[in-house]
Amino acid sequence: MDAVIDALPRYWSGFTMTLYLWVVAGVLSLIFGTVLAAFRVSPLKSLRVVGTIIVEAGRNTPLTLVFIFFVFILPAVGVILPLGTVPAIIALTCYTSAFVCEAVRSGINSVGVGQAEAARAIGLGSVQTLTNVVLPQALRSVVPPLINVLIALAKNTSVAAGFTVVELTATGRSLARDNPADVIWMLAGVAFFYLLITIPAGILAGYVERKVVFAR
Amino acid sequence: MSRKNESSVLYDAPGPKTLRNERIVSIVFLTLLAAGAVWLVLWMIDLGLFDDRWAVFTDPPKGQSAEVVWTALGKGLLTTLKAAAIAAPLALALAFVLATLRTSRLKVVSGPAVAVIEFLRGMPVLLMMFFGLLALGLPALWAVVFGLALYNAAIVAEILRAGLVALPRGQFEAGTAIGLTKWQTLRMIQLPQVIRLMLPSLISQFVVLLKDSSLGFIVGYEELLRTMQLNYSFFGDQYRFPLFIVVLAIYLAVNITLSRIAVIVERRLSSKGGGATQLKDAGDGPEVPVQKP
Repeated sequence: MDAVIDALPRYWSGFTMTLYLWVVAGVLSLIFGTVLAAFRVSPLKSLRVVGTIIVEAGRNTPLTLVFIFFVFILPAVGVILPLGTVPAIIALTCYTSAFVCEAVRSGINSVGVGQAEAARAIGLGSVQTLTNVVLPQALRSVVPPLINVLIALAKNTSVAAGFTVVELTATGRSLARDNPADVIWMLAGVAFFYLLITIPAGILAGYVERKVVFAR
Repeated sequence: MSRKNESSVLYDAPGPKTLRNERIVSIVFLTLLAAGAVWLVLWMIDLGLFDDRWAVFTDPPKGQSAEVVWTALGKGLLTTLKAAAIAAPLALALAFVLATLRTSRLKVVSGPAVAVIEFLRGMPVLLMMFFGLLALGLPALWAVVFGLALYNAAIVAEILRAGLVALPRGQFEAGTAIGLTKWQTLRMIQLPQVIRLMLPSLISQFVVLLKDSSLGFIVGYEELLRTMQLNYSFFGDQYRFPLFIVVLAIYLAVNITLSRIAVIVERRLSSKGGGATQLKDAGDGPEVPVQKP
């Protein structure tokens, strides 16, 4: 137990690195995922097809393989990325965007067609229909799954441990090696810091879900 | 609703003018896309990505035969599938136990089950694999299986629970009315229906599990990705790209096939829809967001 307390500074730096990856990749994924979702619900078939291909490829590729691409494959063909957090953030963003897109898209599709028809029937234009009728409803069903995607992202940042980024999991691994007598405690400490992110986020998701429930 | 596509809530059915405009914008977009693709290909040629490095699959260097490369990749795929195939039944069995405990009406039983499920769901799979590897001293394969089984057990337990909640209450009442105990009702009446109801979610979760088996790469399990790496370190760095493309194609083929099966099963189940397993009246109950761990 003492070893855990001694290791607190290292835990802290690992935790801040995990938080950093989470926030930066999270914001970027939200942006790119929403753009992709706009592709997938656009009236143009060509845009929809392109969006579908990107999302399907993203969702069916293991995250480790995405990391390998940016860390080992691209440099070998002459595209050198700075080592460390940059390839990690790009890989996490590429991967998570596909899931953000699916969450946003299903939210938009969950709004009944009748809603838009009713809006048009009372004479609202397309922009008014979108901003006053469709989006407020879509947002409600988008937020809880989006929080779940972000929780998954927080856990996924651990994959960066395999690619030279010293975040929480990598910290835990080296702490476990340095303290062979306290391996279980060392890893339990890491687990605690992850729960510090995932449990509050999960509670928030549940709360939002209950708060925004409405009859359709 | 003259338009059959699913996103018609956003826009009205197009008239002749809109159709013409759409066609024009489509053509412009596709031209841009094609230009981008051509530029990408030219750039890749410039980098030398289409030179003789693809010969690694037909006539590899260092006196090896093409068979050796393909058998290595095949074996890599098999080791990946092996880890997933061991972990999946374990996860399912553990999930049954967790879901049963979770739905118990005794707080003493359901409380700890909730705690265990929430704990496991909040953990990165990789950390659990490291736990198996470093704390329990398991060999790499079993560390991978340990992480995959525990994590997915928690997720599948939640899927099963959602299914149990979605099942009409009459099923349970009928079971107890004919004199079955609660446990018998669960085992003989509720769970068989829940499995059927939740089969699409279970298959999608299996895809997630299969993708996560690639984390074995980090904990030193010699699966498909590690095989790829061993191959390019043996043959040389210019073979990284072709080997990567083939491994990517293998993963996409396997996972997309499985995902398609899930969609087909889902469609079949909802088109039959008969009996007690009414998917539709379950509201948003069974929609467990299958997220990537």
